[in-house]
Amino acid sequence: MPASRQQELTHFVRQECGFCHGLRLTGGLGTPLTREALKDKDFDGLVATILHGRPGTAMPGWQPHLTEKEAEWIVRNLQKGFPE
Amino acid sequence: MKAMNWLAGACLAVAALSVQADGLRGTGDLGIVVERARGSLQLVDTSKKSVLSRIEGLGDLSHASAVFSRDARYAYVFGRDGGLTKVDLLTGKIVKRVIQSGNSIGGAISQDGRFIAAANYTPGGVKIFDAETLELVVDIPAWSDELQAASKVVGLEDAVGNVFAFSLFEAGEIWVADLSENPKRPKITKFKNIGREPYDALVSPDGRWYIAGLFGEDGVAVLDLWNLEKGVKRALPDYGRGQEKLPVYKMPHLETWAVSGNLAFIPGVGRHEVVIVNMETWEKVGVIPVAGQPVFVMARPDGRQLWVNFAFPHYDTVQVIDVPTRKIVHTMKPGRAVLHMEFTPRGEHVWVSVRDANRVDVYETRNFTKLTEMPAENPSGIFFTWRAHRFGL
Repeated sequence: MPASRQQELTHFVRQECGFCHGLRLTGGLGTPLTREALKDKDFDGLVATILHGRPGTAMPGWQPHLTEKEAEWIVRNLQKGFPE
Repeated sequence: MKAMNWLAGACLAVAALSVQADGLRGTGDLGIVVERARGSLQLVDTSKKSVLSRIEGLGDLSHASAVFSRDARYAYVFGRDGGLTKVDLLTGKIVKRVIQSGNSIGGAISQDGRFIAAANYTPGGVKIFDAETLELVVDIPAWSDELQAASKVVGLEDAVGNVFAFSLFEAGEIWVADLSENPKRPKITKFKNIGREPYDALVSPDGRWYIAGLFGEDGVAVLDLWNLEKGVKRALPDYGRGQEKLPVYKMPHLETWAVSGNLAFIPGVGRHEVVIVNMETWEKVGVIPVAGQPVFVMARPDGRQLWVNFAFPHYDTVQVIDVPTRKIVHTMKPGRAVLHMEFTPRGEHVWVSVRDANRVDVYETRNFTKLTEMPAENPSGIFFTWRAHRFGL
């Protein structure tokens, strides 16, 4: 993935996801997305949550705006501690 | 000679006094702009349309909000990291700062101005502080016996009678804490089964109605604070995400429910529309199609215009609705991530924060002309001191 898109995704996660999950991803109305919170969670499950949302909660599916590859990049980085 | 000395002394005294007088100022045209990522505030002057200074060191200000003391000199800023910071607008300095919880969403100030209440996610509950000293007065955990857990508190609002009303997200309850008799032991009235997942609330401008939006189902919960014994009623059954549970990219904000005459204008949930509600019957009486999922629907103080901003991906846009005709009279694109709008006290100007452009724009509301812009680092909330004298803000 080009560096410019990686930068956009980093901004997207911090800012847009940050509304519910916190700018520092420590949680809010949404659950924490810190490395500690996510490192042992199922990778494919997290990718699916980003793309399709989680029924019964406020988490929407972002599929119209993110590709599967991009969702995977986000999960991989969340699980190892998200870049600033 | 003696007389001359006296005269010179008097002149000096007068000069000193006039310098001091020049240094005095009111706070009615002051406000703050939150710089969410940097953890700072810009202190602004809405008459001069300029930034006076920057105040640093407020912690994590994602989703920060502020209330003002009744003398409109101090701002109380609630940060995501549980920080509660008291800022002196006259000196531009932090007076006091406490970390009061692990994760906070906002707060309110009591009718008499003596108490600050903070709504917390972790640990779920409300903490009430002395507005003067920020010392803890009382801690109200949002514990629910049914869930055997504390709920996240949302929609904390002040109302008539030194009352704070708030909602419990997981438990689906509304609590009213009455501080009028004994602030250290407030009288708490609990309303259960008010609906699934209340996510935000507002108090009507007269301080009478507490209305909670529901995320887990359609409709709103309405509590008449004048008549608590009547309990919580459900209204607007067709207000919400509907059967197909539309994705909502950013939670709409209800705090500033725009009221004009007997009509209220509220953001549609997941839908590209502003919903019109008759406040006498609590019925939906119409919708106005707009450019995206609305986040804030703000009425200009005279109620003639509504300014609307939107969730991702339409967050670069602002639309203005003319209330009498219910038509969109202006659409503008200030840039990516318009997060907030705040009117000057009588609404001749509106200030708009544009996060990614690192800019705050000031517009003339009658003709939408941009008057000026000023740099700000990822600005989000804008709060002016007129809020000091309104319920629920």
